Amino acid sequence: MAHSGMRGLSVFISDIRNCRNKELERIRVDKELGHIRTRFKSEKGLSFYEKKKYVWKVLYIYMLGYDVDFGHMETLSLISAPKYGEKQVGYIATSCLLNENCDFLRIVINSVRNDIIGRNETFQCLALTLVGNIGGRDFAESLAPDVQKLLISSSCRPIVRKKAALCLLRLYRKNPDIINIDGWSDTMAQLLDERDFGVLTSVMSLLVSLVSNNTDAYWNCIPKCVKILERLARNQDIPQDYTYYGIPCPWLQVKIMRALQYFPTIEDPNTLKSLLEVLQRIMMGTDVVKNINKNNASHAVLFEALALAMHLDAEKDIMSQCVALLGKFIAVREPNIRYLGLENMTRILLVTDVHDVIKKHQTQIITNLKDPDISIRRRALDLLYGMCDVTNAKDIVEELLQYLNEADFAMREELALKVAILAEKFAPDLSWYVDVVLQLIDKAGDFVSDDIWHRVVQFVTNNEDLQPYAAAKAKEYLNKHVLHETMVKVSAYLLGEHGHLLSRRPGCSPKEIFAIINEKLPTVSTETIAIILSTYAKILTHTQPPEPELQDQIWSIFKKYEGYINVEIQQRAVEYLALSKKGVSLTDILAEMPKFPERKSALLKKTEDTESDTAEQSALRLRTQQKASDALVVTDQRTANGEIKAGQLSPVKLPNQNMNVNSEEQTTTNGALDTVDLDPTLSTDLIGDLLAIEGPPSISVPTEQTPVSGLDQETDLIGALALSTVDEQSNSIKPIGDIEEWFQALCIKDSGVLYEDIYIQIGLKADWRAHQGRIILFIGNKSTSSLTSVQALVLPPSYLKMDLSLLPSTIPPRAQVQCCLDVINICPSRDTSVLDFSYRYGSVMIEAKLRLPVVLNKFLQPISISPDDFFSQWKSLSEPPLKVQEVVKGVKTLSLPEMARLLSSVQLRVTPGLDTNPNNLVASSTFHSESIHAMLCLLRIETDPSDRTQIRMTVASGDPTLTFELKEFIKEKLIIIPNARPVPSPTSLQTQNPVLPAASNDDPGAMLAGLL
Amino acid sequence: MGIRFILLVNKQGQTRLAQYYEYMTLEECRALEGEIVRKCLTRTDQQCSFVEHRNYKVVYRRYASLFFMVGVDNDENELAILEFIHLLVETMDRHFGNVCELDIMFHLEKAHFMLEEMVMNGCIVETSKANILHPIQLMDKAS
Repeated sequence: MAHSGMRGLSVFISDIRNCRNKELERIRVDKELGHIRTRFKSEKGLSFYEKKKYVWKVLYIYMLGYDVDFGHMETLSLISAPKYGEKQVGYIATSCLLNENCDFLRIVINSVRNDIIGRNETFQCLALTLVGNIGGRDFAESLAPDVQKLLISSSCRPIVRKKAALCLLRLYRKNPDIINIDGWSDTMAQLLDERDFGVLTSVMSLLVSLVSNNTDAYWNCIPKCVKILERLARNQDIPQDYTYYGIPCPWLQVKIMRALQYFPTIEDPNTLKSLLEVLQRIMMGTDVVKNINKNNASHAVLFEALALAMHLDAEKDIMSQCVALLGKFIAVREPNIRYLGLENMTRILLVTDVHDVIKKHQTQIITNLKDPDISIRRRALDLLYGMCDVTNAKDIVEELLQYLNEADFAMREELALKVAILAEKFAPDLSWYVDVVLQLIDKAGDFVSDDIWHRVVQFVTNNEDLQPYAAAKAKEYLNKHVLHETMVKVSAYLLGEHGHLLSRRPGCSPKEIFAIINEKLPTVSTETIAIILSTYAKILTHTQPPEPELQDQIWSIFKKYEGYINVEIQQRAVEYLALSKKGVSLTDILAEMPKFPERKSALLKKTEDTESDTAEQSALRLRTQQKASDALVVTDQRTANGEIKAGQLSPVKLPNQNMNVNSEEQTTTNGALDTVDLDPTLSTDLIGDLLAIEGPPSISVPTEQTPVSGLDQETDLIGALALSTVDEQSNSIKPIGDIEEWFQALCIKDSGVLYEDIYIQIGLKADWRAHQGRIILFIGNKSTSSLTSVQALVLPPSYLKMDLSLLPSTIPPRAQVQCCLDVINICPSRDTSVLDFSYRYGSVMIEAKLRLPVVLNKFLQPISISPDDFFSQWKSLSEPPLKVQEVVKGVKTLSLPEMARLLSSVQLRVTPGLDTNPNNLVASSTFHSESIHAMLCLLRIETDPSDRTQIRMTVASGDPTLTFELKEFIKEKLIIIPNARPVPSPTSLQTQNPVLPAASNDDPGAMLAGLL
Repeated sequence: MGIRFILLVNKQGQTRLAQYYEYMTLEECRALEGEIVRKCLTRTDQQCSFVEHRNYKVVYRRYASLFFMVGVDNDENELAILEFIHLLVETMDRHFGNVCELDIMFHLEKAHFMLEEMVMNGCIVETSKANILHPIQLMDKAS
């Protein structure tokens, strides 16, 4: 076979194809890579043909999933080749192998620009495509005007302009400022007069992006869009090549209708009328045909028309047509149409009130819940969830509970969460709610998160009528032999609180309840033991007059746990024992739980959409936010001034507290011992969460919360009691995600999320050059109202110079602002700097202390070093403090390659083979700072194959501080430090101590970390 | 709304073409390809062509031994993408004449050139087969 004129490439591909297994493939690939590497290195000057061939091989190898860490320069050099063939390979390979964050890319900006402004249109296309695919901010700044010129130029052919449109789209996303909205909306309208369908398709994508960022401009494009759509729908004057199975360019039709969904409304009555006519035509005129491709294409258009009609909230009869069509779709055999029918039915629920019509299809939807295809089952589940209301909640929830028995693993967690939420939102009565959740725990305990059982406890605590019922149910479940541990937790908790209400019933005396719980004690985990101990203490309190026999039994258990290995349990046992011997004071402290303040359900909060990673906000989501939808109504929302609106499930009697922002007195109001925040999403510490002694959480974020104000008044009473777990700021608004994880990720990457909660997202992008860096913070308001009092403050530690640009104090709804932070590294240190960020949403002040990923490795630059250089340096740095050695224990068990990867992730270049002992790793890097400029750092790690948890580490550099700091830094990376807390204590900032993660002191790893 | 990646994988799970429109590290690509291939290859013809994966969807279509998989945002029009796959296949057919796995393997560059004409930055650029193939024909003539 003659293949693409590159024989060597074809031979290589054949070889790969003939490899019988992955191992042989790897060997062949390694051989080829070795060959290419030597060829590239051999300075003899490869011909462009050879370079082209090798680059395709590299690309092929990369596609197979092998890392190729060389050849980038050769690829880039092809971009400036004179011949089309080579240039093309250069451009395509660059956009596959590199990404916008690659420093390499900068060196070709000029060549790319030359191609863009040059006369050769095939070159222009290549360059525009590259920039469109991987162009970053640098490109946006230097190329935007040229690209705009091409797009609007009348002398340019469509082949170039269509690419210019999408290239501009990319640059606009990188930097929205490149487009000046004022004039540009007219330009866009003019572009829509285009006759070429390729250009129109691209321009439409550009329009979608522009409109989604700015729904107020670009009104003037609406009539033009509708015109094009009309022309397509009527099939007037459409070139044959753009007609797909008789359908006039379905993709363009879809795109236009999508663009129209980004405009909040269409005001001009004539335009609206024409549009509705088109939609009607599509809806009436789409028939099911035999040809699958035609069918798909016409239905693609139809579904988009439905979505647009929903968005326009068209007249009643169009909407009922929509629902009728969808009803038809969910009953067909063809799985794709059925899937989309279900999906769109769910969407229509979000925008219009068609619950009643959709309810007619309930049986059909439930049938789909049992479909063999998981994609369809998921859609059916979502739809059932969306259509559930008070009238059908019982049916649907029971159906879902039943389905839980057979549902596949992949869906169970979601299913469990949805059941719990529906039960909570639409319970016709509270006892039903308790029934459902207990059944849920019984059937799918593994998938019931703590949030769910915590919520039941809250409801039961807040509703006296419910307490005896719940306690009786709990007891019933405890009688079962096989029981999920979560059931033990919730039952023990409920019986501890309310078991005494049952005391008159047969089999429910304190003694009997104790006995039944005690059966479970030997088999449960520490978390549950903690709950059970509290339950015992409560049983003792409620047993008046005391029963000596029961008392003895419980005391002996407390005594048994006094020496327990877990500190929390130990403490509980000691304290409960001491308290229960005090008699009367016990009743005060262990009295029933006060009511929980009403709060938004953590479950509902959890389900609120947290994904915002698509470039454009989905049109639907925008729409839902614009319109107060009742599909996601939360029953107990607080009004702005902090009053509580009683929702369906709110307790009859509201707790007598005011919820004013920042009112710290409230922590003392109900005799609580501490202010553990109960909201399960807020505290990951279960033991501190629902156990025993609680106070209402503060609603807002007190900036400087006086530590546990409740404690002061009651100190005598409590004595040494230390149940408090107040180690976190009690923000009521918590990040959706783990700040620490984000931080850790950013320490290694240069862009990502720094912080996100339900209102705001802070993205970060950093660019490092030697000892300098620039961080750009992208602060996006996700909510539909303005965020005010936005403040960011950086306290630069002594080793850094930091300069933060001004930040507007208000961020308008759905807007993003940027803020630039310039960093200069003065001397080596492992400290981190902290960004104090705060803003106000309504009356709530939210504050976050965020560690900035300005860490030591950002100023390191990996460097390869020859053995001779290495050894001469290594020898010359012979003594401490320039060269230090330490044996480190408690190291994560990593294989050598893993350890090497870890080192290279922090910019230390591992040079294999330098150390003759294969168990050792040697790495080198350059550290940049203002005081010592560029300084070579050398590292050697000697591992012990028989004991992977310890290593000997030697670090050398020409600066004693650098040597020390680097050694500590690497050590921190290698040892196990569990439970790292996201919030650094403010003191660590002032004292310039390294921020050691606070961890519970029963943890050997943490103690180790503390010792270091 | 957009295309995140286009993958061509054979029945054995070997990648024959991969084009990503958002940056992913090699490890991420490998993991993603593995997960998706596992999910899609086990599905039957009676099941729908859409698979929900993480926070996006995969729209896929099978042609003989080759699976064409396109990762799209959740709000993308699925059927439009499904037919876009077919358009890609028809375009390849027109060029290779009844395209098969080997054509794509041995003419990876051609497949890339076609894709490059059809999709850019995750958006569809061109849907006319003649226009898509035009640059390739020019090149073939030149060589």
